[in-house]
Amino acid sequence: MAASTESGAGMGAAHPGVSAAAPLALRIVAQCPVSKARACDLTLPHCTVNTPVFMPVGTQGTMKGITTGQLEDLGCQICLGNTYHLGMRPGPQLIEKANGLHGFMNWKRNLLTMVSLVELSEVTEEGVKFRSPYDGKEILLTPEQSISIQNSLGSDIMMQLDDVVSSTVTGPRVEEAMRRSIRWLDRCIAANKNPDRQKLFAIIQGGLSAELRRTCLEEMTKRDVPGFAIGGLSGGEEKDDFWKMVTLSTDHLPLHKPRYLMGVGYAVDLVVCVALGCDMFDCVFPTRTAPLASAL
Amino acid sequence: MRLELSRVVQGCRRGVLTGLGRSGGHSLELPGCLLYTRCASVPHLTHDTLHTLPHLPPVTQISLDSLAEHQEVLEEFGEGVAKFAGLHDTVLFCSLHDLATPRPSGYNTNKTVSVWGSGGRIELSAARYMALQAAIRPDWYQSLADGETPPSASRKRARKAVDRTLTHLDECLSLHHQTQELRGAEIFGVVEGGDVLEERPELRCQLIAGVTKELPEDKPRLLLGVGCPDEVLACVEAGVDLFESSFPFQVTERGCALCFSFNIEPDPESAVLERNGPQSDGERGAKTQDDPEQMTPFEMNLKDKRYRDDFRPLVAGCECYCCRHHQRAYLHHLLVTNELLAGVLLMLHNLTHYCGFFRALRGALESGRLQALRRRILQREGGV
Ligand SMILES: [Zn+2]
Repeated sequence: MAASTESGAGMGAAHPGVSAAAPLALRIVAQCPVSKARACDLTLPHCTVNTPVFMPVGTQGTMKGITTGQLEDLGCQICLGNTYHLGMRPGPQLIEKANGLHGFMNWKRNLLTMVSLVELSEVTEEGVKFRSPYDGKEILLTPEQSISIQNSLGSDIMMQLDDVVSSTVTGPRVEEAMRRSIRWLDRCIAANKNPDRQKLFAIIQGGLSAELRRTCLEEMTKRDVPGFAIGGLSGGEEKDDFWKMVTLSTDHLPLHKPRYLMGVGYAVDLVVCVALGCDMFDCVFPTRTAPLASAL
Repeated sequence: MRLELSRVVQGCRRGVLTGLGRSGGHSLELPGCLLYTRCASVPHLTHDTLHTLPHLPPVTQISLDSLAEHQEVLEEFGEGVAKFAGLHDTVLFCSLHDLATPRPSGYNTNKTVSVWGSGGRIELSAARYMALQAAIRPDWYQSLADGETPPSASRKRARKAVDRTLTHLDECLSLHHQTQELRGAEIFGVVEGGDVLEERPELRCQLIAGVTKELPEDKPRLLLGVGCPDEVLACVEAGVDLFESSFPFQVTERGCALCFSFNIEPDPESAVLERNGPQSDGERGAKTQDDPEQMTPFEMNLKDKRYRDDFRPLVAGCECYCCRHHQRAYLHHLLVTNELLAGVLLMLHNLTHYCGFFRALRGALESGRLQALRRRILQREGGV
């Protein structure tokens, strides 16, 4: 492998490998003899999820007019909530009072929460700064806060806060975002109050550079995180580049941990990426990338 | 269709309509309400969610104005709107207008009545109206009527409305007997004449009582356009049997939930209802800045900040899907974030609550406790 070992510069205080995260049970039920496709049972606190799985998105704690009863009848085992939106309205304190997002929306199965910012945001080492769409106030979202909100929401799977750049961006900014995402991962791991029942996923960054992706993979897989997401790809880039990055990622990710391909919801992409060894999918488009790219 | 009255107390009629629908298999308890629809579907609800309702009104109301522009499609389909829209097994009543939708006035003539579709005005002669009814194939339908008699209408205009409506009825009846598709369907004659006496509700009820006195005992009386619980009560006392259910829909549209109590049974459950109910904790009648204008004292405005951290169901003891699964705080959140699920959940609750009110009304008539029910429903007067 060509990538060098990541070390030093700005690394967070948390040490890889010492996280208290209990292993999350992933049982590979069947493995395709030709491709990397696999069918797994992923055991999560609220129920077992059969993968490959497509996760519907409920940004504000609801699925477009569908009741949770209907969602259950449809066989949905896990759905998505947006940390950023729910953190703003109704806010983490209220959701905590309602026994978490599960209690608030009365959903008895699993939840995955992620941070997908829609407003023009600015990234510093400290965190992501953005303007509240409700009162115009400037808000700083740190990795620690993103985890604190997700701890209040009580989601079964939480996503780290990452530094995302559009896949069309090139140059030093891509590497900076990748290295910062690693440092933020350590801060997120350290901030997680409920590692036993809330599984924190790392997000692999590195743009369309194989070398940067490899570096990120090598560093992040050193951490004892229960699962991995492949981030920074939207399906909007050249298909060849996109698939190359996906297959490179799954080649280096541990077999016994779930792989979540973020923001890729097109049917064709789904089929290909299942063959490339991804287990979990959604259809949230990474809206954070465009304004960021223009701001930087 | 047969009407059996089991009790008539001070003008109120408790009874049952049997032998309804083409199969004759449905029945409807009186006083009762119809199931309101738009374009033949209950607003906000799918087949799934509709059938979570514990008691569905056996008669569904559709309005001809929403279907008029689809005449050709319906004619080509040839099996009526119930099948076309995939409606559940129900008796279908087709009214002329959807009274929950405002429409311009001043277009009716001696020969025609106008309705508005999405493509604009459609002028209906009695013949065109009956052709449409033939394509829709309802089990019940109202005759063509000139209903343009607002309280401001002159006596002369009201007189004209009456004459036109009578002419329309004669034409409709004559065409009804010649129309194969409408064989077995019941036609509801329309009594027009406007609120010529007064606009005030108590006088309107006098007027309605005057009308029902002249109507045959053995036929049902349906009143369109009245839905507020206190008015329903007054109209039942004036001899009306059937109402629409556009009221719970309108309540839903303004982000409100029906919460008036109609429980007159002195059991522990009602004590809970009273304790949790809106009347006791000063929620009703309290005006806030963002109170919807049309809001009545029978509902609560869930957009109000006070519900932000209210983890109670909309109405304690309510058996609807929403109250069994969700809390006021969640409804508040859905409304504030403009989520579609708000309409679904509110519609489920409001319909359930409204149908529950009619059940309580029938129960009160049977047990001779109508006055207790009236006091219960009007108790807001002593409140906040
Ligand atoms: Zn309810």
